[in-house]
Amino acid sequence: MNRFTYVRPVTVADAVAAKAGAPAGRFIAGGTNLVDLMKSDVERPPRLIDIGRVPGMDAVTALPDGGLRIGALVTNARVAYDRQIAAAYPLLAEAILAGASAQLRNAATTGGNLLQRTRCHYFYDPSMPCNKRTRGAGCAAIGGVTRMHAILGASEHCIATHPSDMCVALAALEAVVQVSGPHGARAIPMAEFHRLPGDRPDLDTTLGADEMVTSVDLPAARFTTHTAYMKLRDRASYAFAIVSVAAALRLRDGRIEEARLALGGVAQKPWRRPEAEEALRGRAPDEATFDRAADILLDGARGQGDNDFKIGLARAVLLRALAQAAAGGSDAQGGHARA
Amino acid sequence: MRTPVQFRHNGTEAAVFADGGESLLTVLRERVGDTAPKYGCGQGTCGACTVLIDGAPHLACLTLAETVQGREVTTAGGLKDGAALHPLQTAFMSHFAAQCGYCTPGMLMAAKALLDRSPRPTREEVVEAIAGNVCRCTGYEPIINAILAAAQMPGPHRY
Ligand SMILES: Cc1cc2nc3c(=O)[nH]c(=O)nc-3n(C[C@H](O)[C@H](O)[C@H](O)COP(=O)(O)OP(=O)(O)OC[C@H]3O[C@@H](n4cnc5c(N)ncnc54)[C@H](O)[C@@H]3O)c2cc1C
Ligand code: SF4
Ligand code: FES
Ligand code: FES
Repeated sequence: MNRFTYVRPVTVADAVAAKAGAPAGRFIAGGTNLVDLMKSDVERPPRLIDIGRVPGMDAVTALPDGGLRIGALVTNARVAYDRQIAAAYPLLAEAILAGASAQLRNAATTGGNLLQRTRCHYFYDPSMPCNKRTRGAGCAAIGGVTRMHAILGASEHCIATHPSDMCVALAALEAVVQVSGPHGARAIPMAEFHRLPGDRPDLDTTLGADEMVTSVDLPAARFTTHTAYMKLRDRASYAFAIVSVAAALRLRDGRIEEARLALGGVAQKPWRRPEAEEALRGRAPDEATFDRAADILLDGARGQGDNDFKIGLARAVLLRALAQAAAGGSDAQGGHARA
Repeated sequence: MRTPVQFRHNGTEAAVFADGGESLLTVLRERVGDTAPKYGCGQGTCGACTVLIDGAPHLACLTLAETVQGREVTTAGGLKDGAALHPLQTAFMSHFAAQCGYCTPGMLMAAKALLDRSPRPTREEVVEAIAGNVCRCTGYEPIINAILAAAQMPGPHRY
């Protein structure tokens, strides 16, 4: 691990100023991703800015519009077990509990989860060329072992996926990320927060290098009963998604009034297509309808060889998650546990 | 950069100088001298280093030492009450829940956090609580049974 200086700012303004003073520095929250990356020399920040004790970012609070604000420091465990969230946003609680382990969820924060880096093995190995680590170095994954890689939105420069479960649910729920920087605060909708690699795979998100996430805002609850988060992984617990699906429906008189669909493990961001959701609107929740939505959502999917199976798998999980959501959500075991 | 770090360790005050980048696991084992938490993977995937920070289970290998300033850290070394073993320790012995014993300190702490929060857990809750702890010897069943048995034993689950 490299040498670094360590500071512990006590306000958002101080934290932002500390970052402006050390552009190559890093904020550290739970540390569960950053420390891991520093141990493998993938990250070598000269300064660590520990935001773990900045007051005002560790609460879940009601918003005037009926939504909820989750402070950037609220841990994944607290979000998942929060009563208001379990009642109004069960999809989010279910997605978080499908990820990592109890120990990790106790440390992992909402902000850190949004900004966790890809789990591409080549990214984690500094002896391998990687465009995400070093601009222009080349991509060892293309033509390599690609079982965990993207089938949608990849580029010739990078085929990595975003590993988060929480973000898939946040994308489906159309959460908004609140950020603060030297020039003030702004809001970034989830759909625009993570970016596709294009020719800048080194940039995972649209967050400025001098900005910090302060909270994630959930809009007033619209999907409380017919939701499902289904995650497929190599073993039934404690593994990253091969494919995951967040499905949320509003049903009225046997028809779908409104739908949200997001896929995880398939692209560098939670994958949504408003047209797929539009295709469900006004229809009966049956297999033909679900099939059509899957066609649209997976349009253009392309495997890299090892991961070709993900295309069929994503469709199957999508259909199952939609059926489960239509039937009134997850059974007691949770779709992720048995899938 | 050496940083002074003070925290409570198994009920007493600990004060050390941590080298920049040292994990809580290294500080506990090499500076405080508490070798109960074990180094398995160093990457958050095995749970052998599980300790309680302010009562909640955390992975000491991914916790930067500086970040526990002023916190309460409990390891398996702090489970006993004087000479009396914690019910979990007794149950792990009587149920043969340890073979090589490498995972045991981490298992015990994950289990203690569960019993503190939920004194009469279901089997599913036990499985979920130790899902982040790998054991390559026991096949897990004896561990799950030991935790369920400890939950039935009299005596304080908190110290
Ligand atoms: C073994 C293992 C298994 C895992 N399994 C899963 C899984 O199945 N599903 C899943 O979704 N995740 C999984 N994770 C990932 C875990 O969820 C993330 O590591 C965690 O959410 C990161 O949060 P943190 O607070 O620890 O972030 P940190 O490690 O502290 O930070 C991560 C990054 O975010 C930046 N950052 C943190 N907070 C802010 C902020 N407020 N503003 C700006 N930048 C910020 C940091 O600078 C850093 O670059 C796993 C991790 C491990 C180690
Ligand atoms: S897929 Fe992306 S992260 Fe992985 S090696 Fe290629 S450039 Fe790096
Ligand atoms: S040593 Fe910490 S999780 Fe393996
Ligand atoms: S007893 Fe050997 S690893 Fe669990």
